[in-house]
Amino acid sequence: MFGEKAVELIKELDRCPTSLPPYNTDLVSEVNNEMRHLIESNQDDARSEEENRSLSGESLLPTIKCRHSAVIRNIRCLLAYHYNRLRVLRTMRWQFGGVLPSDIKQNLSHLEVEWLTKYSNSLAQYMRSVGEEGINLATNLKPPKSLYIEVRCLVNYGKFELNNGIVLLLKKNSRHFLPRSECEELIRQGVLEHLVS
Amino acid sequence: MSLQPSYLPNYFSIDDILASQERIPCTFSVNVQKLGNLNPSSEETDLKAGTALELPLWLVQDLSTGRQPVVIPELPKVYKEGYREILKADASAVDLHKFNLYYFELGSYVRVFDRKSDVADTLIHAFTNRFRQLMDVIDSTEHNPTDFQRMDSLERRLFKESKESRMKLHTWLEHSTTPIETAAMVLNHKKRKRGTDL
Repeated sequence: MFGEKAVELIKELDRCPTSLPPYNTDLVSEVNNEMRHLIESNQDDARSEEENRSLSGESLLPTIKCRHSAVIRNIRCLLAYHYNRLRVLRTMRWQFGGVLPSDIKQNLSHLEVEWLTKYSNSLAQYMRSVGEEGINLATNLKPPKSLYIEVRCLVNYGKFELNNGIVLLLKKNSRHFLPRSECEELIRQGVLEHLVS
Repeated sequence: MSLQPSYLPNYFSIDDILASQERIPCTFSVNVQKLGNLNPSSEETDLKAGTALELPLWLVQDLSTGRQPVVIPELPKVYKEGYREILKADASAVDLHKFNLYYFELGSYVRVFDRKSDVADTLIHAFTNRFRQLMDVIDSTEHNPTDFQRMDSLERRLFKESKESRMKLHTWLEHSTTPIETAAMVLNHKKRKRGTDL
């Protein structure tokens, strides 16, 4: 059946909507081959249809129609595969911050890595251009109620220097009272936990 | 996936692509040369007029329209009279997931294969009937997995989204401050990593 392999790609994405499965180079190139094959046989048949038009006989048009809609279907699946992967990747850029964990990076194709670098650069450039000193859009995702918040450390993170020069040692299960603006990123990355009484 | 705000059906929508992969029974009205391999039960190179096959919806949609339709589609059996009667009797008691995973989405496509608008009416009737029950399930605090299992993909999506927003509203009313949370993907990633460490 036509288009089976292309749907396999989509199913792969459907199974894990919030993470990225490894980029399936083999299957993508198989779908490409299927499309090339379909287009070539359509061209051949269209040519012979032109030549035999005057002769009575079976028309090849239905065959061509079938193959053509299979090509269009394959294109849709391929585009959807890549587009939805980019969507996940974009969300990851916001959630993980600038640097992705290496095991996620392994799952990307080299074009996706390239796209991510470009996206990060544009984002950084935009954030610098807003206002006089630039603004970090990744902070204050929720309206702040106080300048300082209480946090608990979830992992042995090591040393952490605040803007005023004080160096803290973030040990597992230690509690701290920190400026919200400086620890928000660490909370998002799962290093600290925000304690709400 | 979220309820996508763009035009419907969204070209990139994963759900829509999977729904249009469902097979529809149809009969060929003309001979189609060289495509005998579409019919797994015969060895011939051509498809004869009159052959009955189950083809994916996307192909049927392309082939059944136009001046010279190549195939004549039929309603899949879960949209036929018998099943419609079941839905009419008591839609909320039905295990829709067993009927079809994409019952409503697929239904909105195949309803055009039915000359009377019975299918469309049944779908609306079934959805409004089941929606009340869906809201009840979302409101109730105890989690009953059988309720969830009996929903089709559209209802599951509604269920997840409203459960989430209800929880958000609740925490906001309770605390009025929202704690900063670890990003969902980071959390998922950590859980998976922990799984591989063990």
